[in-house]
Amino acid sequence: MIKLFSLKQQKKDEEGSARAGGSQKKASAAQLRITKDLNELNLPKTCNTEFPDPDDLLNFKLIICPDEGFYRGGRFVFSFKVGPNYPHEPPKVKCETAVYHPNIDLEGNVCLNILREDWKPVLTVNSIVYGLQYLFLEPNPEDPLNKEAADELQSNRRLFEQHVQRAMRGGYVGSSYFERCLK
Amino acid sequence: MASGETQTSTDQQRRWLHIRKLLERSGPFCHPDFEPSPEILDFIMESCKILIVGAGGLGCELLKDLALLGFRKLHIVDMDTIELSNLNRQFLFRKNDIGLSKAKCAVEFVNKRVPGCEAIAHHCAIQDLDEGFYRQFHIVVCGLDSIVARRWLNGMLMSLLQYNDDRSLDQSSVIPLVDGGTEGFKGNARVILPGMSACIECTLDLYPPQKTFPLCTIANTPRLPEHCIEYVKVIQWAKENPWGSNTALDGDDPQHVGWVFEKAQDRAMKHGISNVTYRLTQGVLKNIIPAVASTNAAIAACCASEVFKLATSCCTSMNNYMVMNMADGVYTYTFNAEKRPDCVACSNSTRVVEIEPQATLQSIYDKLCEDPAYLMKSPGITTVINGRNKTLYMSSIKSIEERTRDNLKKKLTELGLFNGADILVADVTTPNTVTIKLKFSEYQDVEMTR
Repeated sequence: MIKLFSLKQQKKDEEGSARAGGSQKKASAAQLRITKDLNELNLPKTCNTEFPDPDDLLNFKLIICPDEGFYRGGRFVFSFKVGPNYPHEPPKVKCETAVYHPNIDLEGNVCLNILREDWKPVLTVNSIVYGLQYLFLEPNPEDPLNKEAADELQSNRRLFEQHVQRAMRGGYVGSSYFERCLK
Repeated sequence: MASGETQTSTDQQRRWLHIRKLLERSGPFCHPDFEPSPEILDFIMESCKILIVGAGGLGCELLKDLALLGFRKLHIVDMDTIELSNLNRQFLFRKNDIGLSKAKCAVEFVNKRVPGCEAIAHHCAIQDLDEGFYRQFHIVVCGLDSIVARRWLNGMLMSLLQYNDDRSLDQSSVIPLVDGGTEGFKGNARVILPGMSACIECTLDLYPPQKTFPLCTIANTPRLPEHCIEYVKVIQWAKENPWGSNTALDGDDPQHVGWVFEKAQDRAMKHGISNVTYRLTQGVLKNIIPAVASTNAAIAACCASEVFKLATSCCTSMNNYMVMNMADGVYTYTFNAEKRPDCVACSNSTRVVEIEPQATLQSIYDKLCEDPAYLMKSPGITTVINGRNKTLYMSSIKSIEERTRDNLKKKLTELGLFNGADILVADVTTPNTVTIKLKFSEYQDVEMTR
């Protein structure tokens, strides 16, 4: 313990203003953490990142091109928005490519547990990348966001596969139109 | 103020009788260096500057408590205005004050009510105030409801710390932070000595995660009224854009809340769920947890006495984190939250690298990789220039590497760096991003000011 205030230290004002404190603004804790996360990003060969502004590490895109599974040959873009409360709160992740997928809806919402209820500050951007990659390898019909796609995956795998292909080539599945997203 | 000065000296004596008993006598709980003296009361009243952050439930209590303890140089900052629902516990406000600045109304009330008090209001966000502002205070005490704001304030107080050449902390640069928080019948109070004891960032894991529901549950198998409201908030709002695609949902806009309420009711009906109310809708949208006036009073009182202890040394401080739970009986427990040696905010990781003013970024990069003191693998180098983040070089991300490669050839000065500038370096070899201060070799004998 220290005694912070001896009465000698009363003239806080004058002393304070005369101090040599750098006028350089410090980076926020969120900024320091995301810099660390990104510098150590260890991407699988199917993934890539794009930074529209290299000075802005808080907003970027992740591109996944699965090389196996239902979605082989497709190219899917996710946007990442890292907020000032990172890593207390997870980044906001949206899928920008229209995809016929049980866990991704047509607005681009993604149902991945670590993006919401199971997020923990020890997780990193890398954990999310692997989570998203896994969604393409093993779509999970138990936790559907696109219920139609989930039901189909469970009841008729062949039909589901055909629909995924049709969507990736560009075309209608049911009443929804999908832009072509093949590589 | 005027009324304070016209008091007779006997009145003065009697008014501070109880405080003087604490400050003019020694006792078993005093700080070892405590020297009883009437001057301490003068210090509290004339010199000691306290910043109160937040003029809400805790802030009103804190301002009142500290003013009654004899503190006069009080500043209070809050960006909010008064709402009807505040009036049950934010007792410095009246119905006529609705719509006015919380900070201003609170100050006006207390200055009028407590003779001699010279509180000053700041109706703005904490981020609008600069280092010079924060540096003038002896102690900062906060009653906030936001983790982001706490982290920001914590970072600000850390950035005011000065270190000696041997990397030891200059204790005169420490501004203690007393932090209070409440949620329903639970609360906590803590004392943070920046750079010396556990800070907000050291104990970030202690904050409970925000309550969220799995997206698939709210989308497909809603069971609770909250699920229906969350659905409208997360999915339906973006899909239907009732106020145009660029309008974000605002929990304070009654029209927005009304729209969500209606849609959530429809959804609840479809799934056979009852009890979607307007109040609940508002609660879910704004994450409202009902505030309890007595929790605020108890926590604020605890914070105020910690401020008093720090300012006077008449008693040793709490060590250092107190939790209180009044949900079932009354339970309190105080423990020593430990400082994390690798905390991003408060571990002094700043190191100095001496370099020629004509040097290029490449030479810094090489030094970080080759100098036995660093031996980094692939350092990512960023900085902050005029408050803006700038990526100088990052080899591990291809798209950034390509666009920052040219920086390696540039001189440090061409990149906006200067003698005394900080660069931030992330690498696998260090647990956190490290701050490195550049020291230009020809400036060696000059004091490192900007």
